Amino acid sequence: MLYNEPSPHEVKVLTQRFGLPNSTTVDTYVANEGFQAFMKAASMTPEAIVDEIKKSNLRGRGGAGFPTGMKWSFVPRNNPKPKYVVVNADESEPGTCKDRPLMENDPLQLIEGMMIAGLVVDSHCGYIYIRGEYRYLIDIMDRAIEDAYAKGWLGKNIQGTGFDFDVYTHTGAGAYECGEESALLESLEGKRGVPRIRPPFPAVAGLWRCPTVLNNVETYCAVPSILRMGGEAWANLGTPRNGGTKLFCISGHVNKPGVYELPMGFNLIRMIEDVAGGMRGGRKLKAVIPGGSSCPILRADECDIPMDFDSLKNARSMLGSGGVMVMDETTDMVQIALRIMRFYQHESCGWCIPCREGTLWLKKILTRVSDGMGQNNDPALIHELANNMLGRTFCPLGDAAAMPTIALVEKFRDEFEAYVRRSPMADLTATETPVPVGA
Amino acid sequence: MADLLKLTIDGIPVEAAPGTLLIDLTRRIGKEVPAFCYYDGLSQVAACRMCLVEIDGMPKLMTACTQPVSEGMVVRTETPTLTKARKGTLEFLLTNHPLDCPVCDKGGECELQDMVFRYGASESRYVEIKHHHDEQQWSPIVYFDPARCILCYRCVRVCSEGMGVHALGVVQRGAYAEIAPNVGDHLNCDECGMCIDICPVGALTSDTYRYQTRPWEMDHVATICTHCSGGCKTTLGVRNDEILRANNRDRSGINGEFLCVKARFAFDFNESTERLTTPLIRKNGKLEPASWSEALKFAASKLKQTRDSGGEIGVVGSTRNTNEENYYLQKFARQVLGTNSVDHQQSGDVITLLDALAGRKDALATADDLYQSKAVLVIGTDLAQQHPLIHWQIRANWRHHAARTYTISQGPVREDQHSVAALQTDPGQELQALPQLRDQLAAEPELVIVFGDTVKGAGIRELVAFGDSLGIPVKYVSLVDYVNSRGALDMGVTPFFQPGYQSAANAGLKGGKTLPQILDSGSLNLLWVVNADPLEQRTLASEEAFVIVQDLFLTETAKRADVVFPSASLYEKQGTVTNVFGQVQRLQRAAQTMGAKPDLEIIGLLAKELGAAPQMGPWMADKVFAEIRETVAGYNIPLPVIATGGAAQTQAPAEALGVANDPSLVRSAQNTLFTSGTLGKYSRKLDSLLESPGALYQDMGALELTSQ
Repeated sequence: MLYNEPSPHEVKVLTQRFGLPNSTTVDTYVANEGFQAFMKAASMTPEAIVDEIKKSNLRGRGGAGFPTGMKWSFVPRNNPKPKYVVVNADESEPGTCKDRPLMENDPLQLIEGMMIAGLVVDSHCGYIYIRGEYRYLIDIMDRAIEDAYAKGWLGKNIQGTGFDFDVYTHTGAGAYECGEESALLESLEGKRGVPRIRPPFPAVAGLWRCPTVLNNVETYCAVPSILRMGGEAWANLGTPRNGGTKLFCISGHVNKPGVYELPMGFNLIRMIEDVAGGMRGGRKLKAVIPGGSSCPILRADECDIPMDFDSLKNARSMLGSGGVMVMDETTDMVQIALRIMRFYQHESCGWCIPCREGTLWLKKILTRVSDGMGQNNDPALIHELANNMLGRTFCPLGDAAAMPTIALVEKFRDEFEAYVRRSPMADLTATETPVPVGA
Repeated sequence: MADLLKLTIDGIPVEAAPGTLLIDLTRRIGKEVPAFCYYDGLSQVAACRMCLVEIDGMPKLMTACTQPVSEGMVVRTETPTLTKARKGTLEFLLTNHPLDCPVCDKGGECELQDMVFRYGASESRYVEIKHHHDEQQWSPIVYFDPARCILCYRCVRVCSEGMGVHALGVVQRGAYAEIAPNVGDHLNCDECGMCIDICPVGALTSDTYRYQTRPWEMDHVATICTHCSGGCKTTLGVRNDEILRANNRDRSGINGEFLCVKARFAFDFNESTERLTTPLIRKNGKLEPASWSEALKFAASKLKQTRDSGGEIGVVGSTRNTNEENYYLQKFARQVLGTNSVDHQQSGDVITLLDALAGRKDALATADDLYQSKAVLVIGTDLAQQHPLIHWQIRANWRHHAARTYTISQGPVREDQHSVAALQTDPGQELQALPQLRDQLAAEPELVIVFGDTVKGAGIRELVAFGDSLGIPVKYVSLVDYVNSRGALDMGVTPFFQPGYQSAANAGLKGGKTLPQILDSGSLNLLWVVNADPLEQRTLASEEAFVIVQDLFLTETAKRADVVFPSASLYEKQGTVTNVFGQVQRLQRAAQTMGAKPDLEIIGLLAKELGAAPQMGPWMADKVFAEIRETVAGYNIPLPVIATGGAAQTQAPAEALGVANDPSLVRSAQNTLFTSGTLGKYSRKLDSLLESPGALYQDMGALELTSQ
């Protein structure tokens, strides 16, 4: 089902079959260009397929923006071990809800993308790791997989191409950390979901220590259209080095929140005004988190920016997963910082010290400040502690907690200080602070 | 060897083999990069983030524990940025740490404490409530205080990787993540205490040591464990002549940091209230306390009288005495008492093995061979239960060198976790399974064969013939029970041989009786038992025999005695012992028990009473060992090696022994992890641990160890 009206500004490539009757069935899929890309790819060499993807400038849609063609070319096709295709459908980044409609409305596009990856790396087995909270999507995926087997689009000798491919779904158990690719693999292997030391990267030693292609749902979903349209044509939908279209999940204080497929490089202000129907109640824009909660926040005056990986990096933020969270002038930034830190503290896997202890400490300080018991040095302390986490943690989760916090304190320091000024404990030093009852 | 790579650390040019980790290299050149979670020999976890270093060309700080060296690398280990980073991480660690150093067992030798002294903040900026978890008891030995835990996962790794026990894991997540037993709320494990030993902070503590003392109040005495034949080096923590703890934290010796439950916790027999502290003399059918001089005179007069009247004397030595004591005892028996009836309980057929291997060099495996050999064959023993050090070495070999292990056993054994072939047979049938492994074994580049007491006599010759037929270098270990089982044989505590396997018969010593013959002889006039309990499960045939016993406890044999001398334990002696591999190691006296004397001194005093002191020589361990070095083949070992806590390897005799062993004399006591002969009976700690480690095995049948 669709959760929002489409916008006329959308360029519907990945979402072209959204809204069609029975869009999850093989019949509808095949009648609407489905599996054309796979049949085309089956007659191409793996190198040619990778070339098309490289030409498309497709960059990983999970948030890191690593060029997909290059990633696939790292997988040693001739390795005697089995190779695996794994889908990261552990969509958990706050503000992000793009993989869900892709699987809900067009599950076979994902499967086709996996099959093409299988052709490239000589893999015959794919896993879709779906976050536990998306359990209902597993039913949809499983029905689509069953349908594909029944119609000869999965299994042995698919459509006479001689290519065998099996797909399995696997459910997570509710850990954000398992969206980190190596933690996902640990979890998929049935172990505790903590990240692995890299290198080796999954391309070399992934699932069961075998070569593994591991991409986000949206990345796989983009592959069929790339092969259908040709890499160059697909790339031209976006900006240089940022090919194609992307699903943006616009939420927050806008009139028409929703998931919209827009060309890469689409201007953020236009996204808010033209696509999402402008600010709620005509209020003033205050800030935007451009790509999910881990991305440093942009002040209103920084929002006139093309939404692509490079532009946002230049603005010291990130495109991330495309979770655009729009905030109007009524938003309390201390509460935003607290909400974000509560999330990361709750989701920290506990493996390494800076993330495990840092998130908890920051949450406690932010809670205290929010409760009106802040101290003068708290804003500086928050800033310093977040910086002590940044770049020091085992996996990017620590950075994901530190980066937005640092940006919030730097860009809206006055709001933190206003909280502290109202506090009766403002002027106390640490040693003078009364020990809380029960400590 | 591959070419060395050149790199620069803190401006110092260094060379290292490819694959070397930066953290190892920095430590080698004296730059200590701090780390909690990194532990040489265990898998990498990179969790503590303390070992960050700066590397030119890397945008971020890198963990030295995961970074292999590369050519031209420029590394800095001490910069203001790094100090700030380490300080920041320590500050995070301390937020929820209880800072209860004044009452923590680890205070004074705590890695966290050391690190905070080096980098940490003097004042806490943390004003929030610390979260707290109550202390838990996981087993009769292991206590866990989650609040102190810094989650370095060393305990989890040493338990699963090092021991193969897999008893520990992690529960919850984030700041509430906690180490926990994998099954339920208690440990079903070997109770080896490796987790406690390896813990860098005071999170894991042992029942025996917790809240007893502070590290600086103890003397730390490096000696050899008195239990099994592995001969592990152990450092005893001793305060006021009381042993409070045993570990080998400096990782020296043949065992590194490894100690099993017996070495680590079963030293409490030494302080047992049942220790004998005064000589006893049988008066009116009852053993009554007596003075040393009275008891010595009484025993010596009986010895003299029996000798002079041509009576039959039997002397029983011990597998827990030092080489010096056994040497001195057999010398006394043969030269002063004129009897060749000197024996002890053999637990492995070392004699036949040495005979079969005579003239070969390096055919006896050492502890290090078990760690280095490309392949190991284990026959007829459950090493994890009976020879924990050997199990540890083989497992480490598999972990670090991908060694291939083959087992032939009665039931499932721990090695099956990684063995390439595991055959199960009835006891005594092990050798018949060998042909099934022939092709695989012949394809190995080298092999160490470890076998238990079911392979003896002709079986050993069959086994050596099989080894020869493989066409590869093969080394052997014949397992024996106790700390000096091997040394007792080397020292000639057997009627067949004088020290160094010189035939007793050739030297004119005839008619010596073996242990069962002594016990069964109805005409025996005097039995002298030093630290053994031959009457534990049988009776002495001669009801008239006068019995002299030296022991720590009133054993079954001591109860039958006419004179009992209280002797000192191995932890209270100087001397040397020889382990199962034939390695000689030196003891250090760690404690003393009021009233007890070392057996060497007791034998010496008896010699003096008999007027044989000049003939016997001084009863000082070093003097006796000097004589052993001169007279016993294979024992002319370099003194500096053993004087500095090393193990010196003895060699198999150069020529065939010429005298066959009687295989029926060979019988292992089949001790488990939680039994240790007489000493085990008097260790309350071991008694408290007699729970079954059965969950580690699929089939409990393997553990039905019947006392034979």
